[in-house]
Amino acid sequence: MSEPVVAAPVAGAAKNAMNVSEAVIRIAGNSQDGIQAIGGFLARLAGRSEQEVMTFMTIPSTISGGPSIFQVRIGSGEVLSAGDEADVLLAFYQHSYEDHVGSLKKGGIVLYDADHVEPRPEWLETYRHVGVKISALTVESIGGTAKDKGKNIFALGLLANMFDLNTAKLEQLITERFGGKDPSVVNTALSAFHAGNGYSFGGVVETFRLSESQRHGTSQVVMNGNEALAYGVIAAGVRFGTAYPITPWSDVMEILRRELPKYGGSFVQCEDEIASICMALGGSYAGRLAVTGTSGPGLSLKTEALGWAVMAEMPIIIIDVQRGGPSTGLPTQVEQSDLNIAVYGSHGDAPRVVIAPADVEDCFYTAIEAVNIARQYSVPVIILSDQAISTRIEAFAMPDLEKVCQELPLDLTPVAEHKPYDPTAPDGITYHKPPGTRIANGIYPIATGLEHDVYGHPSASPKVHQTMNAKRRRKLQKLATTLATPKVFGPAEGEILLVGWGSTQGPIKEAVDRLRAEGFQVSSLHIRNINPLPPGLDSVFAAFKQVLTVEINDEGLYGFGQLAGLLRAAICDPRIGSITKTDGLTWKVREIVERVQLKIAAGAKKS
Amino acid sequence: MSATTEIPQQAPGATSLPPAVEERKGLTKKEVAADHPTWCPGCGDFSVLALYFKLIEKRKLHHEKITTVSGIGCSSRFPYFVQAHGVHFIHGRSLPFASGVSLTRPDIHPFVFSGDGDALSIGGNHLTHTARKNIKMTLVILDNWVYGLTKKQTSPTSPLGYKSKTDVWGAVDHPINPMKQLIASGATFVARTTHTQPNHILQMMEAAMDHDGFSVIECLSECVEFYEGAFDASNPRKGGQFSLVPADHDVTDEVAAYKLADAPFPGHFGIFYKASRPTKNASELAINAKLSEPFKGQKDWQILQKTFNKMK
Repeated sequence: MSEPVVAAPVAGAAKNAMNVSEAVIRIAGNSQDGIQAIGGFLARLAGRSEQEVMTFMTIPSTISGGPSIFQVRIGSGEVLSAGDEADVLLAFYQHSYEDHVGSLKKGGIVLYDADHVEPRPEWLETYRHVGVKISALTVESIGGTAKDKGKNIFALGLLANMFDLNTAKLEQLITERFGGKDPSVVNTALSAFHAGNGYSFGGVVETFRLSESQRHGTSQVVMNGNEALAYGVIAAGVRFGTAYPITPWSDVMEILRRELPKYGGSFVQCEDEIASICMALGGSYAGRLAVTGTSGPGLSLKTEALGWAVMAEMPIIIIDVQRGGPSTGLPTQVEQSDLNIAVYGSHGDAPRVVIAPADVEDCFYTAIEAVNIARQYSVPVIILSDQAISTRIEAFAMPDLEKVCQELPLDLTPVAEHKPYDPTAPDGITYHKPPGTRIANGIYPIATGLEHDVYGHPSASPKVHQTMNAKRRRKLQKLATTLATPKVFGPAEGEILLVGWGSTQGPIKEAVDRLRAEGFQVSSLHIRNINPLPPGLDSVFAAFKQVLTVEINDEGLYGFGQLAGLLRAAICDPRIGSITKTDGLTWKVREIVERVQLKIAAGAKKS
Repeated sequence: MSATTEIPQQAPGATSLPPAVEERKGLTKKEVAADHPTWCPGCGDFSVLALYFKLIEKRKLHHEKITTVSGIGCSSRFPYFVQAHGVHFIHGRSLPFASGVSLTRPDIHPFVFSGDGDALSIGGNHLTHTARKNIKMTLVILDNWVYGLTKKQTSPTSPLGYKSKTDVWGAVDHPINPMKQLIASGATFVARTTHTQPNHILQMMEAAMDHDGFSVIECLSECVEFYEGAFDASNPRKGGQFSLVPADHDVTDEVAAYKLADAPFPGHFGIFYKASRPTKNASELAINAKLSEPFKGQKDWQILQKTFNKMK
């Protein structure tokens, strides 16, 4: 509701509603209240209404119970972040109210369950309070016990009422969601929804209407980052995967376990993280490029086998949905602190590819890109996602699946001879031949972790090791030359260039917009290809007085975030610095703006 | 996409390929032998390698179908000595690797060669779970009761009192009984042999290969360098006794097999336990058949489109 527009009366509208271009709604309750469902319905509605949407959620690491929030930002224009401040807080409990009232903008609306929340007098001035006996009215509308089942759907009805949402579309979504079960379940849900939607606020608070999207005819799909990665892997043609459950990666393996058999593939739950990558490598070796995935602690466990994949030049996809570390760390919170292990984690010199998707849509396409690079360069590829992107829901244009989907049939074409590790191959790029491939000259290859000759037989000759190290490196140097230099967001020269990676693209762009509006010469750049880096970064950086990476990790012993460390090593530009934080939450736009302003002020003091 | 995906399907000079239909003879020992083994003279592993060659020869296996997988250790050098597709993987992890091969390639029966340290110590967890999942492949544990490649440290099967460089006063940790452990883990084929009985090794390998499931052979294989004479009590030529599993032993009786495994060294040789239980390979195929049935005749992108249409 950043730009409220007074509504012209709309034909057929029963009430006077204020037109708004976007809304940020924060729903706070406990993890078992189904608040994710409310958020999910709102996100899907936005998707079907050709609007943009981004969500943000926190979950406790306990199985049931514990405070949880779900925030939805819906807009008719570009939505780059889940929003710093909420327009409406829907609070189910006293703790939800007290912990989250601060996230509301001044004058925002607290919509609270009057059965559980006692408003605090000192806040009545600052925020507008609207109490509704959500629990009692839900029981009244659908019967049952006070176990509060269905109150989330009642609350959805309230929000639909307040924002004059399209009830027909919401009813359709509810029917789809609860369909297939006992028909009484759908009817009960619809009753709860209608009761909430029919509730009269009695003029205590105005109602709103979201402006219609300007984009027409775009079919959108709505999902979170974990779903986008899983379906991206399927679209890429991968038909074998393995993993061990770990938060927040597990959703991806659950989807792949359920979906891959439909495509004739399979996904195996292994006994541990190590077995997972080893079994995936077995699949890749057998000619079925495989995927495995994990979160931080699992990546640590997988690094020995990852080194084997580099040495044996075996393609494989490894997804890391980052969470706070080190060790068990913050299992349900976001951090971008696995960049170093992804890029460097191994004993010996073990070059591998690392790609970090920038948003939910990018998760889908990154999976396909990763698969094609792994195959073309016979190399392990790590996809660095994170907790924030994995759980946040976005709407994006329906991919042209007929065009995008690819098949990777098993190739056992006989060959005359095969040297899997021929260092004289152009750019050092060679290919693996799976068992079942007949080799006419009768010399068969060994895939090995020992340093080896062209056929994979052991060789400890110093010259061979040097040549082979170079071979494994040259492949990725070749890959780097094929990458596009990322485009600068904003003018290509100025005072400060913000450089981001991974899930923070949206908030960084929004911060750039805000800083420029305040007169600061700030632009931004987002790097997806972390290793190897794309070419041309040095000349992009040269047009700015200062380059600051924006990262969710610690500044480290030497004062730089992990990407900044990599960039400084690659480009040797002392103007590269960083702003970092490790509070377990994604960057708020306001935080980036303030930290950049501090850097500018500090720079001005020096000069 | 940052790069094109052109991957050469055929190597240059593909004209010299063999004709599509042909009569193929079995391989000779010369054709299947690769590097000269690096084992110490007198090592028991030579005998196992020779019998593996014999198996390939006898069963007319062809180069391209043979897939030999190993971990780390003396015995894990195996694949380098076999002229066929092979994998020298990392320490202790050859079973999950071979599982990936087995589950994606029903046309291939991987043979895994491992040592007591590789299979029972660093790879112990994988042994249990591969057995439990009953993944179709054969594992041969070349058990020498000592770490050889790293030069005489205590292994998980070293008997109590064995003096190694890490237990100079004699081993104090209770040794693993591989037979008992495998039976308890749910392995569906558990057999025991020894390097001094070539015919018996071949017999066990053939039975293991023909078993539909996870088949394991513990093969005593003497380390002449660090544990000379360890298995003399099982070798008639050294005055020991080579006793076969009693003829009346019921191989499907798990408890009887466990009791048989409890006999003090040298114990018995042969198949201790053999059960018929669905393999994971078969279970996964059944899941595939069931879940893919509603999408018969549809292209992969059409199946994904259906899912995406529900996510609008």
